[in-house]
Amino acid sequence: MISKRLIPCLDIKDGKVVKGINFLGLKEVGNPAELAKKYYEEGADEIVLLDISATHEGRNTMIDVVQDVAKAIFIPFTVGGGIRNLEDIRNMLLAGADKVSLNSSAIATPLLIREASKIFGSQCIVVAIDAKQRVDKSGYDVYVNGGRKNTGLDLMDWVKRVIELGAGEILLTSMDADGTKQGFDIDMLKLVNTGLPIPLIASGGCGSIEDIEEVFVEDVADAALAASIFHYGTHPLPQVKKQLKEKGILVREYE
Amino acid sequence: MIAIIDYGVGNLHSVYNALTAIDCPCVITCDPIVIQASSGMILPGVGAFKDCMQNLQDSNVIDVIRQEVNNNKPILGICLGMQVMFEKGYEVEACDGLGFLQGEVTLMRDQSVKIPHIGWNQLQQVKEDPILEANNNVCVYYVHSYSASNYDINDVVAFSEYGNLKIVGYVHKGNILGMQYHPEKSGKEGLAMLNKFKEMCV
Repeated sequence: MISKRLIPCLDIKDGKVVKGINFLGLKEVGNPAELAKKYYEEGADEIVLLDISATHEGRNTMIDVVQDVAKAIFIPFTVGGGIRNLEDIRNMLLAGADKVSLNSSAIATPLLIREASKIFGSQCIVVAIDAKQRVDKSGYDVYVNGGRKNTGLDLMDWVKRVIELGAGEILLTSMDADGTKQGFDIDMLKLVNTGLPIPLIASGGCGSIEDIEEVFVEDVADAALAASIFHYGTHPLPQVKKQLKEKGILVREYE
Repeated sequence: MIAIIDYGVGNLHSVYNALTAIDCPCVITCDPIVIQASSGMILPGVGAFKDCMQNLQDSNVIDVIRQEVNNNKPILGICLGMQVMFEKGYEVEACDGLGFLQGEVTLMRDQSVKIPHIGWNQLQQVKEDPILEANNNVCVYYVHSYSASNYDINDVVAFSEYGNLKIVGYVHKGNILGMQYHPEKSGKEGLAMLNKFKEMCV
């Protein structure tokens, strides 16, 4: 049977890995290809590279980063952040990315999802969604611009739409949980994952192995994405995998 | 020298990078002379069955591939590259494949699981094979919505289970090899398989 995926996420600014805490206060933690290779060797199932560069020059360095990573690791990797159109998607795929993730551009131009999945195949089009619970707890709103702008779109409506448009996977980040290290937003994940026909990647809030375990035991996602618990060496991937396996969760074993 | 057959679909570089990592000389090409001179062929594939066959046609590589396969040169089809080696595909519309392997390629149907089948799945080996030596039950990376059906069971080396489906993971018939998963994206174990293929191509 298919195993649950562990996905370290590398936030990249101007060609260097950084990690944001609630999208504020960045701290440099390494070189993208080196860090990606370390995770590959430790047994990561996939890697996400998220470009958070604010400038045009910063974004241009991303192509080089992708090319370097493609030569260093032999597992799939996804590139997101600042991908605006079909040309950006083509450039990232040609540079060696296996998938791209669309966020703000998908909200601005939903048909980009349809065109991209038609041209490149649904399997390489991930739609990233940042969502936050409404104050009256009546549901969740979709945010863009690194969580600064409420689009007013309802999460479930948007999920339904992106599936219709041909998204191959959904990467769902809880704005409430992100950066807190208090665990994934299980309620929100459960809501989205129930009856979802495509794979779901859980993101935001991971602070411990138990948090990942909870996602898989509750069966609310196909993959768990995390950054800080891997970056700072407190929870090495082999240890995470070993513990998940002991809890009866199917993870990929490797040599 | 292994020829990675280029028929204009892009993303051939992951196969190229993987072969380079195992010190396997290779070239991305659609030139019949280069393909003839190669010691083995890899047919990658991304996209839909019909488009893939059309692109192979437009690139004028079908004749040389067929001829080299008849000359007993090893060929490894990866993902869609494996699928088009069967007789027929039904993605979007019915379309003839290369017909190196008996069987057809149909949409996977199982209400209990998500389609496409994306992620790492265990290979369940059903017979011995030089490529999978000591690789029993290894996990490999899949990403696909269609899979082989009505195949010759004798060609199958390994399956993967997904919901109620038994997906053909790896087929091997003489000089014809096909992997539904991506060995170039299946970590060190995948590279080891490509290395075994390299050893076959001498």
